[in-house]
Amino acid sequence: MAGKAVLTGTYFINGDEACCEGALAVGCRFFAGYPITPATEVAERMSWRLPEVGGIYIQMEDEMASMAAILGASWGGVKAMTSTSGPGFSLMMENIGLGLCTETPCVVCNVQRAGPSTGLPTLVAQGDMMQARWGAHGHYEIIAIVPSSPQEMFDFTIRAFNLSEQYRLPVLIMADEVVGHMNERVVIPPADQIQVVSRKKPSVPPDRYRPYQPGPDGVAPMANFGDGYHMHVTGLTHDERGYPVMDAATQEQMLNRLVTKIRDHAHQIISYDAIAMDDAEVAVVAYGISVRSSRRAVAEARGRGIRAGLIKLNTVWPFPEEMIRDLAGRVRALVMPEINLGQMVRELERAAAGRCRVKLVPHAGGGIIRPGTIVQALESALKEA
Amino acid sequence: MSTKKKNLAAVHPHDELLRTDRMPHIWCTGCGIGTVFSCVLSAIEKSGIPYDDVAMVSGIGCTGRMAGYLKLDSFHTTHGRAIPFATGLKLARPQGCVLVASGDGDLLAIGGNHFIHAARRNVDLTVICVNNFNYGMTGGQLAPSTPFGARTTTSPQGCSEEPFNFCALAAACGAVYVARWTSLHIRRLTTSIGEAMNKRGFSFVEVLTPCPTSFGRHNKMRQPLELLKFYHERSVIRNYIDPKDAVLDFKKNLVVGKFVDIERPTFLDNYQLLNRGELGDWPDLEPKLPRPEKPASG
Repeated sequence: MAGKAVLTGTYFINGDEACCEGALAVGCRFFAGYPITPATEVAERMSWRLPEVGGIYIQMEDEMASMAAILGASWGGVKAMTSTSGPGFSLMMENIGLGLCTETPCVVCNVQRAGPSTGLPTLVAQGDMMQARWGAHGHYEIIAIVPSSPQEMFDFTIRAFNLSEQYRLPVLIMADEVVGHMNERVVIPPADQIQVVSRKKPSVPPDRYRPYQPGPDGVAPMANFGDGYHMHVTGLTHDERGYPVMDAATQEQMLNRLVTKIRDHAHQIISYDAIAMDDAEVAVVAYGISVRSSRRAVAEARGRGIRAGLIKLNTVWPFPEEMIRDLAGRVRALVMPEINLGQMVRELERAAAGRCRVKLVPHAGGGIIRPGTIVQALESALKEA
Repeated sequence: MSTKKKNLAAVHPHDELLRTDRMPHIWCTGCGIGTVFSCVLSAIEKSGIPYDDVAMVSGIGCTGRMAGYLKLDSFHTTHGRAIPFATGLKLARPQGCVLVASGDGDLLAIGGNHFIHAARRNVDLTVICVNNFNYGMTGGQLAPSTPFGARTTTSPQGCSEEPFNFCALAAACGAVYVARWTSLHIRRLTTSIGEAMNKRGFSFVEVLTPCPTSFGRHNKMRQPLELLKFYHERSVIRNYIDPKDAVLDFKKNLVVGKFVDIERPTFLDNYQLLNRGELGDWPDLEPKLPRPEKPASG
């Protein structure tokens, strides 16, 4: 029985399952993964949904292999993804680096749990945010997306694939255990309402093709295995021909390309929602599951006469520096709840640059941050400001 | 000067498949990898497979550089991960012929787990392992292939570990084609690579090569020609013997040959079979309880 890739309709499913459906809807046809709580449901659903739509599901021997396999599949011309959680994310770093260096489109969904190490396998945290930014060795820019509901697991997975195809890099979905396991209403639109971006193909004949020569948008068109371009792809520092060149000048040229293609498009990549911000004198800046507590906290604070607002980050990397800088000049304080002991708040402080008070609402992991805790932080932040 | 270069390049029979603009290559004088590479190119030429459909994936190390000199779609991946990368590439484009070429340390030490699982799954790959008995690129450290007693920079008193028998390992894990030659067995090696490319399933060809620079210098084998002569004199061909008995013993002999050539469904064969719902009988251990009668109404 041939299944449909886009299951248009309204469902009551969890975030992991919604992620899977978002991937299929945007054209993902290859998944390689390794079971790990709390991301297993993505793989489980992929294992029966992909064969239905003519795709390939393969359970690899570990996460290093999973990440390597999706890179291979991507060069085979197929949109590919994997999903994991903390310990597996650590193992994937090696080949996330290969994906960045070779500019390979693919998507990695990290359903975060508490760490370090094995930590709390079944309980929530947001402790991998800096690992997402800097976990692979060397310097690079990355794109990381932060869904806060099963509906966003569907919508943002589509966006993750589109960004990965547009800018040619692994895009990270930094979900968390609660968003992954929470069941909520998910609306899947008709297929013709889903935006699908696919990698640019070379338009020149093979003898004139330079695999890493960027187009006007800073991104090089990508040939796939079998297209007849006979390209060489390497994780060594390479020139525009894709050939390894071991010198500082080539390193500078390559690294500038990897960084510039993201920095130059940061405005198109960065996404956030401003909620109740018009008259706000204090703002919560939140991402992932902490957005949910923050919405409630802002409403409660308003009930107590505090002019509070919410900046809901939909992407965290690249960090919305300019927006925060402007905001810091307009409010008295910024409050960031996160389920770690201070990661994204460092970026917030850096971008605010002392123009307003910045306050962290930390949680070590294992549970969500209660709205009341955020309300208290809003009150004390205003007093301290 | 440029004319001279052109003329020299024009006579090389493998030019069509070589990235001549990347020459000279990095391999040392007396190294066997170039010979193996040449055999791979001959096998590709003879295979009749359209060049656009052939890809090479390699890992890290001296042999890992092979992909960089092949003028086909070629992928130089991370250390040990050539096989899982190749698995994704092959499954995404099953009509392609995917070769994996890498060294013993890359494929069987850091990549050992991927090797055994790809063989178990019978992914349709041709894996060529250049075994030079040490980590050559980093200057000659002990590898899972280093013979007991051999000196390396990390076993200066002699290697205290027993090496793997790669062919026995591949066969035990389910490889459908297993052969071992030295880089002196040009015709047999080329034939084996060709057979492996046309074989459906996980094929494994091990090639023993001299590494005078890194392995030889610590083991009184630094003369390339003497080392080649040693391989030639010590190698004995034993086709179709149990690969467990295909022992590599530097003090006695080096057993080579074609050991395994069998048929077994590939990963994709079985994947498609099961997803058509054609699962065979499975033992049913659950008690057959009478189904409760449905109430007549309500």
